Amino acid sequence: MSATAARLSMQGITKRFGPTRALNGVSLSVSRGEVLALIGENGAGKSTLMKVLSGAHRADAGSMALDGAPYRPSGPHQARAAGVAMIYQELNLAADLTVADNIMLGCEMHRLGWLKRSRQRDRVAGALDLLGHPELTPETPVGKLSVGARQLVEIARALVTEPKVIVFDEPTSSLSAHDVEHLFQIIGRLRDAGLGIIYISHFLEELRRIADRYTVLRDGAAVGSGVLCEASESEIISMMVGRSVDELFPAVAHTPGDVLLSLEGLSGVKSPQDVTLTVRRGEILGIAGLVGAGRTELLRCVFGLDRVRRGAVRVAGVLHGSNAAAGIRAGLGLVSEDRKGEGLALARSIADNLTLSRLKPYSRLGWLNLSRRETAVRHWMRRLEIKARAPEQAVGELSGGNQQKVAIARVLHQEAEVFLLDEPTRGIDVGAKVEIYRSMGQLAAEGKAVIFVSSYLPELLAVCDRVAVMARGQVRAVRSSDQWTEESAMACAIGADAT
Amino acid sequence: MSKPPEQSSENGTPAAPGRIDWQRRVFSVMGGLGPLLALALVVGVFAIVDGQTSSAQRPPVPAVFLTANNIRTIAVTASTVAVAALGMTVIIIAGGIDLAAGTALALSATVLAWCLTHGYSPPVAVLASIVTGCFAGLLNGVLVSALRVVPFIITLGTMTIYLGVAKLLAKNTTIRPAPATIPDWLERLVDPQPQTPWLIESLGVPNFALGVWLAVGLAILLAAVLRYTVFGRHVFALGSNEQTARLCGVNVPWMKIAVYTLGGLFVGIAGTYQFARLSSGSPTSGIGLELKVIAAVVIGGGSLNGGRGSVLGTMAGAVMMAAIASGCTILELDNPIQDILIGVIIITAVTVDQLRQWRQRA
Repeated sequence: MSATAARLSMQGITKRFGPTRALNGVSLSVSRGEVLALIGENGAGKSTLMKVLSGAHRADAGSMALDGAPYRPSGPHQARAAGVAMIYQELNLAADLTVADNIMLGCEMHRLGWLKRSRQRDRVAGALDLLGHPELTPETPVGKLSVGARQLVEIARALVTEPKVIVFDEPTSSLSAHDVEHLFQIIGRLRDAGLGIIYISHFLEELRRIADRYTVLRDGAAVGSGVLCEASESEIISMMVGRSVDELFPAVAHTPGDVLLSLEGLSGVKSPQDVTLTVRRGEILGIAGLVGAGRTELLRCVFGLDRVRRGAVRVAGVLHGSNAAAGIRAGLGLVSEDRKGEGLALARSIADNLTLSRLKPYSRLGWLNLSRRETAVRHWMRRLEIKARAPEQAVGELSGGNQQKVAIARVLHQEAEVFLLDEPTRGIDVGAKVEIYRSMGQLAAEGKAVIFVSSYLPELLAVCDRVAVMARGQVRAVRSSDQWTEESAMACAIGADAT
Repeated sequence: MSKPPEQSSENGTPAAPGRIDWQRRVFSVMGGLGPLLALALVVGVFAIVDGQTSSAQRPPVPAVFLTANNIRTIAVTASTVAVAALGMTVIIIAGGIDLAAGTALALSATVLAWCLTHGYSPPVAVLASIVTGCFAGLLNGVLVSALRVVPFIITLGTMTIYLGVAKLLAKNTTIRPAPATIPDWLERLVDPQPQTPWLIESLGVPNFALGVWLAVGLAILLAAVLRYTVFGRHVFALGSNEQTARLCGVNVPWMKIAVYTLGGLFVGIAGTYQFARLSSGSPTSGIGLELKVIAAVVIGGGSLNGGRGSVLGTMAGAVMMAAIASGCTILELDNPIQDILIGVIIITAVTVDQLRQWRQRA
């Protein structure tokens, strides 16, 4: 077998769920010693394809081969035995067990139920040596490890089964920059050892560093593949969204007017600290900062969800009380960063979620007119292009982007004047992001005020009129967005001198 | 655009949705009727077995399970638990639990008996017992909201508190008002033999005790409140995701107080039923009853995680338990068998419900 022979090839994989074709004749191949980037929006079929690969789903048509031999796993266990290992986004570790026990979990070496500890130790040590991380000793309980080290335990668990192909599904989403670096070194080592690697990620910059070739999925079909360094970013994005994105950040003309929201020395329990800010009608104010800088707390204090210790929030000059109901009455609307935990009641319908904060137009003496409500809900679903079967469909069944649109539609429906959007574009696909940027522009054009919190600097700088950078609960600097660069904003956020 | 991979109609072929919609509707109707179908099954099994064993006897005796009299009895037996379970349905949908329902119910009955023995007029006594129930619920709600301790613990505590209060009031015995002080209408509330025994005699449609009709009326009213009022929407939202409810400006502490007080109202009414059945106020007569009440809600599709539950299901659950009790008695099965059967039904009901949800999602 030559050095570039295909480790894995998948040919014409098709998978249907009822009438839906989740995968439609997808083919891809990974060679020995190669990293393949699998790119696609949420819902493009990446996870379904990987589930077929790992034996969790059976393909309706198509074939797979490992090292040239036909590969037809009947379940995850068999897939693992055949040499396909998966590293998932969420960590699947037992925190109370030691590193060694976690690594060997499910494939313990034993005789008549008694563990062969010394042989296990050798295998674990072999896997850990390859990873080379100081924190990792076989006897450490996993609960005491950092997130980065835990991820390595997952990789070690994959390695002890002597895999031929390893799939990394968004492995860096919860890692620090340093851990990402370490992970890339390890992936490089695995590649050099001749494994075939499939790497799934949303971050194109990251993929460029680690991957050799790419395959783009859209709507369950492979729409393009090639050598990654020969493809431009806009080429890949247009393959992902299926239309040329002339503008990732659509501009909607808007001009700032009178001051609508003003914060005067606002302080919460821990953060924010002494924040003074104003936002005008027709203005989008961005708030940048690291996780934990107090951005979410600031929005919650403004809205009335968190206790205000000092200072004042004025909407159009009027002081507002300190609970969410008062905030809503004053014209504030909050889209929570925690869409599933706080933003939406996932088990309830779109109609319930959309109208929960303002049921008044449909009620008389507490009794609801459901048909009138449904008409209104359909209107908002059309206006924000929420893709769903019916207003009665549970929000939890929708895709992330459509869920976020429901959360935004609620704030629109409650006729808010000031929009507090906390990470509204997190975890949704490019197409939905573009629509949310456009909605923000339209709101500003209609004379509303928008505060947009994000950890992704390019979108903040592109969409906002002004950007404030927060660190340790305080606003460090506010400038018009064209006076920031990503570097200067980041420097300010980590507390270096903003110059 | 964004399409979840395992979503059905939205990225499917456009020809299919009509059929899917139809299937879905059948599924959702079946889901709503699930507890009723289960009830029909239980009744059917008992009726058949009863019919067989009766005709097998020498000489053959008439089957009794499906006679009008027995149906009247089952309905009356079910009504006490059913009324209390209506309140519990609201509490469980809102994500709470009320372990004190049983002892609070007995406390209400005891208050009624105490009032009658102390010369208060029957309407005042009934009112006092219902108000007692409301207060018991109010206290639960206030404690849950103010102390921010989980309702399981709060009501575990108030459960014994209400038992103690009832014992204090009854001086640790059972209060038995003189038969003359108990008005006719109160006794007739749960009399299995109503004065007009038939609704449509030619078709054999039996009339039921007043209390049964009252329970049905309350159920219809509550179902409407849950579906068609702002309060109802807020109850579901609260149980489904408390954080979201707060974010949307729902006054969460007040909602909880209202929900538990409403639960208490139903407990108070059920206390009146209990008194009418026993003609006495016994502080200990409610011990363990809360579990039957919770069981009725759960058999009817209520989820202890909140956000789910239905009035129709709860009623079916309550009737099912009464039907099992009656059927077992008629078939001369021992009391232990009843207990085991009800346990099996609870587990089966919840498992089937979970399977159904799982299938709908897949």
